[in-house]
Amino acid sequence: MIFLQLFWEFFKTGLFAVGGGMATIPFLYDLSDKTGWFTHADLANMIAVSESTPGPIGVNMATYVGYITGMRELGVFGALLGAVTATIGLITPAVIIIMVVAAFLKSFRDNKYVNSAFYGLRPASTGLIAAAGLSVAAANFFPEAYTLAGFNWKGAILFVVLAVLTNIKKLSKVHPIVFIGLSALVGAVFSM
Amino acid sequence: MKTLLNLFITFAKVGVMTFGGGYAMLPILQREIVEKKKWATDEELMDYFAIGQCTPGIIAVNTATFIGQKTKGILGGIFATLGLVFPSLIIISLLAGVIEAFSHIVWVQHAFGGIRICVCVLILNAFLKLFKKSASDIVTFIIFLAVVILAFFTDISPVIFVVISAILGIVIKNIGGKKA
Repeated sequence: MIFLQLFWEFFKTGLFAVGGGMATIPFLYDLSDKTGWFTHADLANMIAVSESTPGPIGVNMATYVGYITGMRELGVFGALLGAVTATIGLITPAVIIIMVVAAFLKSFRDNKYVNSAFYGLRPASTGLIAAAGLSVAAANFFPEAYTLAGFNWKGAILFVVLAVLTNIKKLSKVHPIVFIGLSALVGAVFSM
Repeated sequence: MKTLLNLFITFAKVGVMTFGGGYAMLPILQREIVEKKKWATDEELMDYFAIGQCTPGIIAVNTATFIGQKTKGILGGIFATLGLVFPSLIIISLLAGVIEAFSHIVWVQHAFGGIRICVCVLILNAFLKLFKKSASDIVTFIIFLAVVILAFFTDISPVIFVVISAILGIVIKNIGGKKA
């Protein structure tokens, strides 16, 4: 039953992804490798859409993955069921944990074991995001094979331009949706 | 029942107005929850945010559960959280359907080729921000580096990295040196 599995996978993501929306990405890449429900290219598209629409990124990603997975299994009805299942799966552990933590609010924040666990967790979470980023980059720069002839030059140029633009102080307040829109235009015009 | 519905609607509004989640949500929560509804004070909101960051799960969801729970108990927490994710469900489902329907058109595929490059840059920037905060000394840098290499070259589940690094954190901080 794919919907039960969808719930369970997103329950795990909600339980182990620490530190916001981008932290869910490594789990979704792992899910793509493990199940083949969606491709790495699908996932990159989902990230772009989730960044460009209202709502927390992590929630948007869960809804999107659930929708696509359900649709490929059962059509429109499956899509809606998948979207709801994945999203509820993602938020269930958080709801349970917060209900418990709320009861011991102060002692939880000052607990030395909680703090020291996060001392180790934070760099690991950052490392997972970096590794996921490397996988996305590898798939985009070498879409066919890892050879010089297969290198995506147009993509590499766009990457450098965007990396510089988005890190200019004056432009740091510009919403990502602007850069996503520009990239779509550049991609369509230059056949990327 | 009225309060539950109110929680649902208020957090649905917060969900619609949030682009990106995390700290982008803070000013919106301050206006809707602290100033308009008076369900929490500024200090409480900051506390919820801090805890939301160091508990598993999406920060926005954690904060919604906190405020809902405080206002109307367990049911309140559930209604506030469902309200928060409701707009995402509607908007993403509509968009995903549209995108899927147009995805066979060649220039749409090219546009997404460009968008995927932009996504690489977005992940790079998210990473740069987190890196400064998380890999602050030699121990955390080593944990970071080990995770990057192992996660990139092996099929080990991210769950394993999260569990082991949390245990490592506890062991190093409490047994190794007492300087913290």
